[in-house]
Amino acid sequence: MVIAIDGLSLGAIYALIALGYTMVYGIAKMLNFAHGDVIMVGAYMIYTLCTLTWTTGSLPIWAGALIAFVVSIVVCTLLGMVNEKVAYKPLRGASPLAALITAIGVSYLLQGIAQLIWGAEQRSISILDRLGTVRVGTVAIRWSSIITVVCGAILMIGLTLFVKKTRTGRAMLAVSEDKGAAQMMGINVNKIVSVTFAIGSGLATFAALFYLPTTAISPTLGSMPGIKAFAAAVIGGIGSIPGAVVGGILLGVVEVVCNSFEATASYTTAIEFALLIIILLVRPIGLLGKKRRVKV
Amino acid sequence: MALLEVKDLQVNYGVIRALNGISFEVNEGEIVTLIGANGAGKTTTMQTIIGLIPPKAGSIHYDGKDITKLPSHKIVNMGMSQVPEGRRIFQELSVYDNLMLGAYLEKDMSKIKARIENVFEQFPILKERRSQIAGTLSGGEQQMLAMSRALMANPKLLMLDEPSMGLSPLLVSQVFEIIKDMNAKGITILLVEQNAEKALGIADRAYVLTNGVITHQGTGAELAGSEEIKKAYLGG
Repeated sequence: MVIAIDGLSLGAIYALIALGYTMVYGIAKMLNFAHGDVIMVGAYMIYTLCTLTWTTGSLPIWAGALIAFVVSIVVCTLLGMVNEKVAYKPLRGASPLAALITAIGVSYLLQGIAQLIWGAEQRSISILDRLGTVRVGTVAIRWSSIITVVCGAILMIGLTLFVKKTRTGRAMLAVSEDKGAAQMMGINVNKIVSVTFAIGSGLATFAALFYLPTTAISPTLGSMPGIKAFAAAVIGGIGSIPGAVVGGILLGVVEVVCNSFEATASYTTAIEFALLIIILLVRPIGLLGKKRRVKV
Repeated sequence: MALLEVKDLQVNYGVIRALNGISFEVNEGEIVTLIGANGAGKTTTMQTIIGLIPPKAGSIHYDGKDITKLPSHKIVNMGMSQVPEGRRIFQELSVYDNLMLGAYLEKDMSKIKARIENVFEQFPILKERRSQIAGTLSGGEQQMLAMSRALMANPKLLMLDEPSMGLSPLLVSQVFEIIKDMNAKGITILLVEQNAEKALGIADRAYVLTNGVITHQGTGAELAGSEEIKKAYLGG
């Protein structure tokens, strides 16, 4: 039971990050390897703002945390959009390799800036883990895990509805399938790409909040969840939104299960990436990836 | 004054010159066709007009305004829409979503609903299949959808790029009937076709494009009667 909830919780975190990778890939046809570092920036923002509101303000702790979190979302969303405008937009139409290298460059840049501002030493802050645990029968389940699973589910359902039912969501799907045809519909592709980066970065900030109870904050905080979420997006089929969710949850559950057995605990990461390789061998387009129809 | 006026348009792909200074115009209410062999530059012309390809030189005026350097969403917003070569409907989306995307720039839901009703009246099969994924439609139905999607923008000028491609002769005739019908309802048409015979049959005026240059022009009937054109494009 605990393993199940913790696995789903970690899975939800990976899924939220994987959604950013997969949506950006679907729409801008690029791999944004700086996406993991948005989580890191989100974590530092939450940390700094929480500390600030808690030490100076007369606000209740939860109110300070809420304000800190909302501001962090805004900052990260803007960061994602600015990053796209400054670093990636000039490269649209260039070779995919140029955009990829740039993304890796942005990743190191963000890590460097974070180290300049906050230093290299690890920090930690407890927000969701302040809530402690709840006893269900004989087991104690962390509230933070429950909140992560519930909020993660709400966000993913919300995103799915947004993409399927709204004008902007429909435009995102259109751009993802055929950019030229989408332009002929009058869709401003630059605007849609910008919205996509904004949504991805917003979701990454949620992931940062949910990730904080189990991690220390450092400039390289985003690397590991970033890479694992990327693997999750590929496992699910990059470009596919339900694929990112399935891949994320699968990887999260596998990780928690492996960690819970002594025999496999030290091989967890190896097992996760072996899973990626096996799935790609059997199904190169990922679990829910779509084969593109050849145009007649 | 012409609704669409293309002047000395020149387009390069890298070092290859696709359009070598072509000029033509489309007047309000006309059906104008651009015929020519594969690779003559017809699709390039269409995509340049709607802002997908930046021209190297020359100008495009639409409705009295210079649109040469405008992005496509601004051009579409001026009342121009296109049925692209190969239809390019959104295969993974439903028929309904495709139609909604056609009316992307219209924000008034009541207008969109009225247009959808119109489309469904004209093409009952699309109403029947409104929730179906567009990629599962037959070729003919996909062409109906592509034309309906372009009509959803309520265009003044509708550009069709090879609408008869890959369709059976019966469906081809049907498509040309629909084009005539749309024109009768007041939509100006620019039609690009390889099926020169059919295209000249419905066109008020026509231009022949050969290797990026306009080599002939005249009324549809004139060109259809020309020995030279017959030889080159009408199979004898």
